[in-house]
Amino acid sequence: MWEQIAANQRRSAVLLTTMVVVLLLLGYIGGEALAPGAGFIGVAIGLVIWLIQLGVYFGAAESVLLAGAGARELKKEDSPRLFNIVEEMVLASGLGRMPRILLIDDPAPNAFAIGRKPDSSAVAVTTGLMHRLDRDELQGVIAHEIGHLKNQDVKFMTLAAVMLGSIVLLSHIVLRTLAFGGRSNRRSDSRGSGGGGQAQLVIFVIAIIFAILGPVFAQILYFACSRKREYLADASAAQFTRYPAGLASALEKIALSSQAVAFANKTTAPMFIVNPLAAAGRGFSLFSTHPATEERIRILRNMGGASLADYESAYKRAKGGALIGPQSLQAAPAQSIRAPSNDGPIESQAGTHAINYRRHGYLPLHCACGLDISVPESYDRDTINCVRCGSDLPIPAVAPAAPAATPKAPPLLGPLQYNRTTAGWESFRCACNRTIQLSPAFAAPHIRCTNCGRSIAIL
Amino acid sequence: MPVAIIILIVLGALALGVVFWFIGAYNGLVRLRNQLENAWAQIDVQLKRRYDLIPNLVETVKGYAKHERETLENVIQARNIAMGAKSVGDRAEAENILSGTLKSLFALSEAYPDLKANQNFLKLQEELTSTENKVAFSRQFYNDSVQQLNTSIQMFPTNFVATMFHFTRRDFFEVKEEAVREAPKVSF
Repeated sequence: MWEQIAANQRRSAVLLTTMVVVLLLLGYIGGEALAPGAGFIGVAIGLVIWLIQLGVYFGAAESVLLAGAGARELKKEDSPRLFNIVEEMVLASGLGRMPRILLIDDPAPNAFAIGRKPDSSAVAVTTGLMHRLDRDELQGVIAHEIGHLKNQDVKFMTLAAVMLGSIVLLSHIVLRTLAFGGRSNRRSDSRGSGGGGQAQLVIFVIAIIFAILGPVFAQILYFACSRKREYLADASAAQFTRYPAGLASALEKIALSSQAVAFANKTTAPMFIVNPLAAAGRGFSLFSTHPATEERIRILRNMGGASLADYESAYKRAKGGALIGPQSLQAAPAQSIRAPSNDGPIESQAGTHAINYRRHGYLPLHCACGLDISVPESYDRDTINCVRCGSDLPIPAVAPAAPAATPKAPPLLGPLQYNRTTAGWESFRCACNRTIQLSPAFAAPHIRCTNCGRSIAIL
Repeated sequence: MPVAIIILIVLGALALGVVFWFIGAYNGLVRLRNQLENAWAQIDVQLKRRYDLIPNLVETVKGYAKHERETLENVIQARNIAMGAKSVGDRAEAENILSGTLKSLFALSEAYPDLKANQNFLKLQEELTSTENKVAFSRQFYNDSVQQLNTSIQMFPTNFVATMFHFTRRDFFEVKEEAVREAPKVSF
């Protein structure tokens, strides 16, 4: 909704302007403290630092970020469900173009979105996520990431990060030069009356205070921005999917697994759906990039409808403040929650039924990277490793099948036996009346009846 | 005289401000309208995609559930009717009926475990479910855009721009939803 984006952009501009003011003030006062009248040199230095940082951040290719992650780009046939879900969310949000879809091999479930420009936008999910969520939950997570893209959060947070970096750097410089240069300045400054010296001292103290508090203040602003953006993305997700319980359930599952994502650091953290560094929402403070997961879940589950206004009122009930602001909510229509879809077991296990063991002797699993894995029944571990992407897929517990189609199920006796009498073709009847033929080439110790699935030992 | 010049400058700045606002309002309305029309076209694309997927599905199901001829024929008939529907109202109704027949078809698959485990069938099921979702989401986005456009057209002061350039209110894409049916019990 472009109106909401416009409102966001106005608010972002205000926040960034505040940080710019902090930067310039710091430069000015630091310069003045060093040498009276040098305030503007300080401002100039601050601006130069900012421009260089801007160039570095926006000039660098985004692939640098993913280089350490081992991300692989997915095509539609690799994971059709993921592709479809992303397409659905692109339609629901009006994003306009499909982002690239990337898969990262990491057991920690998480997802993130990158893209300063629409051309380079991409959504990445970890294999840990793909192997845990069903369709509604995955849709919620993707909707959250697409919400980030639609609200242009990545661009905003990058700008804010640049601001923060410049302020930190400038304060470093100011403190260093004040520590070494300031003293010698005052000593060698023989001119000036006592009043001039006092003013200089005051400016000196103010500069030090600014240099210490400035970065702290900027950091608090930065992380507050980051958290606010996460709530907004949650609201967008609820609006796109019309099913906030999906995202809530996904967040619950993600929060349960308390692993940290391997390649994440404090800079890349804002782009993930759940804080990749902390465990399960603990360690929440003013300096967290994400709000506490329980808070987010509570708000989502408390919504009476699926519109932005519903999220706003749920947010107000939980936190007491405004998130979006009444202005942009004027155009938000009332929307009701849809029913859950019932077509969504976890994708990797979509094809698994007891019948697969019986009919084919193996269980078909589908890894998110596109590889189909056949798990033989004799495989008795809980997970299997995908040879293409290296992730571990959980194997669903398949209930031992009672034959479903035959109306008269024969009583389950112990394992049957059959004594071979000749070395050529032989046939015998299983307890379920199915004829089983043994060829001369058959040399295994047992055979499975294709009708009832019983294992018969051949002696 | 400097006072007159100052007044002129202030007036000029005000006029410039109004012009900028005007341009912004007009562009906003144009953007909304294009968004709307794009959403409408998207609905069409997804519906057509559904038509293409159905024959394949019917063939797959035929291989496993030969005796369910009636359900399969319903699906094919509904598809043909929907493809031939001309007016928007007819089309919406035909699409609804088609969705109903597909639901019965998928309910049927519950009774045929071989069919349910068939990889091709699962792929098609996923594709069709997704296509239905995409139609629903396109429709959702279209209705949201309609709401936004209508609100913008009616709110002051944008309504001046709207009437000047003949931006009209649009209708919502309403579809009378069939009551959610129980999955029909297939006995055999």
